[in-house]
Amino acid sequence: MNSVVCIAQVPDTEARIKIADGRRIDETGLKFIVSPYDEFALEEAIRVKEAKGGDVTVVSFGPDRVQQALRECLARGATKALHIKGESGSADALGIAKTLAAAIRSVPHDLLFFGKQGVGTDNSLVGPMVAELLGYPQLNVVTHLEVGEGKITAHREIEGAEEILEASMPAVITAQKGLNEPRYASLKGIMAAKKITIETKTLPDLGLQESDIHHQRVTVVALELPPEKSGGRKIDGGEPATAAKEILKYIREEAKAL
Amino acid sequence: MAGVVVFAEVKDGRLKKASREALSIGRKLAQTAGGDLVAFGVDRAAAEEAGRYGAKRLYVAPLTAYTTGPFTTALKQLVDQVKPSIVLLAGTSNGRDLAPRLAARLNVGVASDVDRLEWTGGKLRARRPVYSGKAFATVEVSSTPAMATTRPNAFTAEEAGGETAEVVQIAGPASDDKVKLIETKTAEAEELTIAEADIIVSGGRGLKEATNFSLIRDLAHAIGGAVGASRATVDAGWIDHQHQVGQTGRVVSPNLYIAAGVSGAIQHLAGMSSSKHIVAINKDPEAPIFRVADLGVVGDLFQIIPALTEAVKKAKAH
Ligand SMILES: Cc1cc2nc3c(=O)[nH]c(=O)nc-3n(C[C@H](O)[C@H](O)[C@H](O)COP(=O)(O)OP(=O)(O)OC[C@H]3O[C@@H](n4cnc5c(N)ncnc54)[C@H](O)[C@@H]3O)c2cc1C
Ligand SMILES: Nc1ncnc2c1ncn2[C@@H]1O[C@H](COP(=O)(O)O)[C@@H](O)[C@H]1O
Repeated sequence: MNSVVCIAQVPDTEARIKIADGRRIDETGLKFIVSPYDEFALEEAIRVKEAKGGDVTVVSFGPDRVQQALRECLARGATKALHIKGESGSADALGIAKTLAAAIRSVPHDLLFFGKQGVGTDNSLVGPMVAELLGYPQLNVVTHLEVGEGKITAHREIEGAEEILEASMPAVITAQKGLNEPRYASLKGIMAAKKITIETKTLPDLGLQESDIHHQRVTVVALELPPEKSGGRKIDGGEPATAAKEILKYIREEAKAL
Repeated sequence: MAGVVVFAEVKDGRLKKASREALSIGRKLAQTAGGDLVAFGVDRAAAEEAGRYGAKRLYVAPLTAYTTGPFTTALKQLVDQVKPSIVLLAGTSNGRDLAPRLAARLNVGVASDVDRLEWTGGKLRARRPVYSGKAFATVEVSSTPAMATTRPNAFTAEEAGGETAEVVQIAGPASDDKVKLIETKTAEAEELTIAEADIIVSGGRGLKEATNFSLIRDLAHAIGGAVGASRATVDAGWIDHQHQVGQTGRVVSPNLYIAAGVSGAIQHLAGMSSSKHIVAINKDPEAPIFRVADLGVVGDLFQIIPALTEAVKKAKAH
């Protein structure tokens, strides 16, 4: 059973965002991490491999820095890594999906794992787009997965409920928190990862042109920071009844919520 | 090529609030982009309500429970037939599932989770929070149709007083042989979900233990809001992660957000600071949550929350 896990490298969630030229974030000094939902995706693929054998190939499209994210995934237990070199930052979600779909075609796979959302871009688009491009079923926002013979069963989170779905393979799964508890890299894993070569490809290697991917359908025309909140009124809550009265007054008169 | 198509989802016989919001902004966009606002759905009973929100026609596909494949095929057929300038879906679970699939099939772009939309110079311009609300991106969608998913609560649902939408039956797509919906399990006590709630009451590690979430639930219940939570409480297993607000939970923008015993870590603030009114209760006067609170109360949540719950109940009784 072979799995591919698509890994987005994103700014550390701790990081404060600075804007460079009104359209992009300033990457100087910014720490990057594997997007948190992709960690659940990777963990699930590793568990499938441990149960059924096969390879876990991690794939990331982006500048050279994404190799570090791939390295980290290898240390956790992925068996192969593919770096597609390019300015993923100037591509829209469909551009990224086309790149990944083209790359995935040449990697043996039964299951494709994504995060339900790249933390930062916050698009929640790429997984289902790849599913469509490859003609596979998609199981979106998955909190539980069972891999059977020729088919999978997944629990999908929806508003106030849960759906249980069954799909044929190959299939796309987008991981939600709760799917599993991602492991840390072991020292042994880190050492073993060093011996694995990260394969690299360019867009032309995949039969794609820059113009297929960059500045197509969705373009960022401005990036701004939210207006600074100054913090409002602060009151002393030493007297619970008085504090409750003050809050109630605020809720009714300003929020107009009761 | 004109007009706006909105995916209109129905729950318990009514249009979902998020769909009413999408129809409302869709109607405004149709005024500038030209053409009619029309709705796509699977329930003809929604025609009257869709009409009130400005839809001229409701295209009904003979489908029942949502699954990706048949819904994509049906909506794709409709888009090919109507040739709209814009397709909108509310950012519900199903909207988020369907939008990217349809966009890839149409080879068009989607602006997801937008909180502002405008039609200018023949293009759809959208604003969307990125980095979980730490920044706002304005994007232009230049494909035809231009697609967007709307963030629940970001647009106001406004009736336009239109007549019942004309129902147009569309052909049914073949059923999907790749995915089967086996079962839908609804949570036992159906709680309001944070994504769509107008009011959220959130608890943090200041609650000290799982059972004390009852304080938050009681207040949420009294005030008619949903229960939110910090990640620390979710990780501790005090509450399910569906309730988590923040960068790796839900990004929410309710009218009123009440946080109790939440310190206000950057990942939490990212998820809630765009709420319209924020009340924070924390015993530490230096807690970062106070930086975004419109009303900050320095004190003990174990005393203040029950007092507030009582006060709300009394106020409601009058
Ligand atoms: C990759 C990553 C992603 C993350 N994503 C999220 C996310 O999506 N959402 C999120 O919330 N966090 C997230 N976090 C975690 C975040 O960094 C914080 O650890 C978390 O938000 C803290 O939760 P808390 O405020 O409940 O707990 P604490 O920080 O422990 O704060 C508890 C607060 O309660 C107050 N308090 C204690 N007793 C009382 C009392 N009796 N009355 C009043 N106040 C009291 C204290 O003063 C304190 O301010 C993420 C972290 C990482 C690394
Ligand atoms: N540049 C990329 N390289 C590899 N995978 C990606 C990339 N961008 C997004 N993904 C995958 O798609 C998921 C959803 O991303 P998004 O649609 O941007 O929210 C991520 O969690 C990743 O699994």
